[in-house]
Amino acid sequence: MLRFIARRVLETIPVLFIIVTATFFMIRFVPGGPFTAEKAVTPEVMRNLERAYHLDQPLWQQYANYLGRVIFHGDLGPSFKYPNRTVNEIIADKLPVSLELGLLSLAIALAVGLTLGVLAAVKRNTWIDYVCSSAAMIGICVPTFVLGPLLVLTFAIHFGWFNASGWYTPIDRVLPSLTLGCVYAAYVARLTRGGMLEVLNQDYIRTARAKGASETRVIFHHALRGGLLPVVSFLGPAIAGILTGSFVIETIFQIPGLGREFVNSAFNRDYTLVLGTVILYAALLIGLNLAVDVAQVWLNPKLKFE
Amino acid sequence: MPSLSPKVLPTADVTPAQLEHGHSPWHDAWARLRKNKLAVAGGIALLALTLLCICGPWFSQTYQDQNLDLGATPPGAAHWLGTDTLGRDLFARILYGGRISLMVGLVATFVALTIGVTYGAIAGFLGGKTDRVMMRIVDIMYALPFTIFVILLMVFMKEPSEKLDAWLRNTVHLEGMQGAGNMVLLFAAIGAVEWLTMSRIVRGQVLSVKKMEFIEAAHSLGYGRRRIIFRHIIPNILGPIIVYATLTVPAVMLLEAFLSFLGLGVQPPMSSWGALIKDGAEKMEEFWWLLVFPGSVFSLTLFSLNFLGDGLRDALDVRASKD
Repeated sequence: MLRFIARRVLETIPVLFIIVTATFFMIRFVPGGPFTAEKAVTPEVMRNLERAYHLDQPLWQQYANYLGRVIFHGDLGPSFKYPNRTVNEIIADKLPVSLELGLLSLAIALAVGLTLGVLAAVKRNTWIDYVCSSAAMIGICVPTFVLGPLLVLTFAIHFGWFNASGWYTPIDRVLPSLTLGCVYAAYVARLTRGGMLEVLNQDYIRTARAKGASETRVIFHHALRGGLLPVVSFLGPAIAGILTGSFVIETIFQIPGLGREFVNSAFNRDYTLVLGTVILYAALLIGLNLAVDVAQVWLNPKLKFE
Repeated sequence: MPSLSPKVLPTADVTPAQLEHGHSPWHDAWARLRKNKLAVAGGIALLALTLLCICGPWFSQTYQDQNLDLGATPPGAAHWLGTDTLGRDLFARILYGGRISLMVGLVATFVALTIGVTYGAIAGFLGGKTDRVMMRIVDIMYALPFTIFVILLMVFMKEPSEKLDAWLRNTVHLEGMQGAGNMVLLFAAIGAVEWLTMSRIVRGQVLSVKKMEFIEAAHSLGYGRRRIIFRHIIPNILGPIIVYATLTVPAVMLLEAFLSFLGLGVQPPMSSWGALIKDGAEKMEEFWWLLVFPGSVFSLTLFSLNFLGDGLRDALDVRASKD
């Protein structure tokens, strides 16, 4: 297993390298720069600004310098839009907010999704199944950017139970994480139901029942382990979705997280901040996909580490 | 046409000629699909919505007609779904937005379909080292944060796309094509993301088909690779392709709406459901209908597409991946 992980980690290095290179040159070859939006800067000031941020050097040299700093010092450079702040500081500031939102949403997605999915599978083709399955379908068809505003409209504006936006008190966490969690709960529920149905028909479940195991034990001890497989393979892309989905949530609820910062940085041409967030998201995603692969082998005895 | 399920035994008054007339797999699939009430309802709703979006704007006011004196009015007799803050009829705007949203859904799916089917078929057909390299590339691309790239692409290509737009208008004289450059960009960006799963499905299918005897026969007839792939293999794996395409359309529409919501998709004065939802979400505190109606229509469309796709999958009995 260690060899498998080590090989996969080694494989990510060229991937990350390609991502950084592609992003670096893509954002540079497009017209407009970080200082073009600012009001009527004299050519002299512009030159000084560019010199201060080393934008006057040849592109390949900037690229080499950037890469060297990132690899050897873990330094993502100064932000172009926030004077006197480094990208590392901005990320350290904003990432915890996005992570908190993501983890809360994931917890909701798993708790609600697994419950609905197992219920629907065990009570297959009864009204319980229909209720759970329809709820899951609604969750899939009502995207976050519709659900979020609707929840705000109902519970914050109409009933006044929550604040419409902001991220200050624990109660401010409720609506955003509920919105993001619900959509993924729907997918988890559908996958759990499908996975459980497939497993419940298999011989080893019949064996377990024949040995006199209680129904609860059969479901939670024997079936769930196999039934979870499709959910686990979904979790990689799902966590990625939760991370990027938070762009919308952070916009709707005005949460000071990294997602909103990323979209703004792209609009502002804040080169270093764009690159820094892209590297961070890519590394997170690749790491999570690896974790998912390991979990899959652990859950399914039929699979082996290649 | 009477739907004959396989279990119904022919009665005496069936002539031998009719008996020999078998059903194609497509016919059977159609019969199965028709029994699935949810899928049929989804199909009908979709058809009705599409017709309404195409024909509706011929009869209603145009989506640009402003009436600043009127402002935002709640739903009523004059304006069924109310008006927005500029006094524009919301119903007309939803129909026009639907044209764009549905068109993006179809065209971008088509782009993804073309790339995915070609790529997957070539990888599966050639096999060996080529296949391994091609699929490894897909694996790597799966691991990339694509939403992030789409966002970057839409932000940074805004200016070039506007230039393309101006060129279309001034040089080619395509009037009324405002925002066309942006649309092309949108198709390309979304298509480039959504083809990966399709290529995997197609490759798997090709692998199973290419060992069959009729392909051997085609080889022995001396047909070229291209002819065998496009004339013999792909028509035989159309089932899973259709199913997955139906499920790709809602995914594409969601991505478009997501981009429009971030202000990166369709640009004004054009509008899509995503852009309308964004607009509605900003003004919902005073004018709830601006959010509720576009949101409902959008969700309804996704419902229909998903039900139809699920129904098709069951009808064609394909073990396609569920996502």
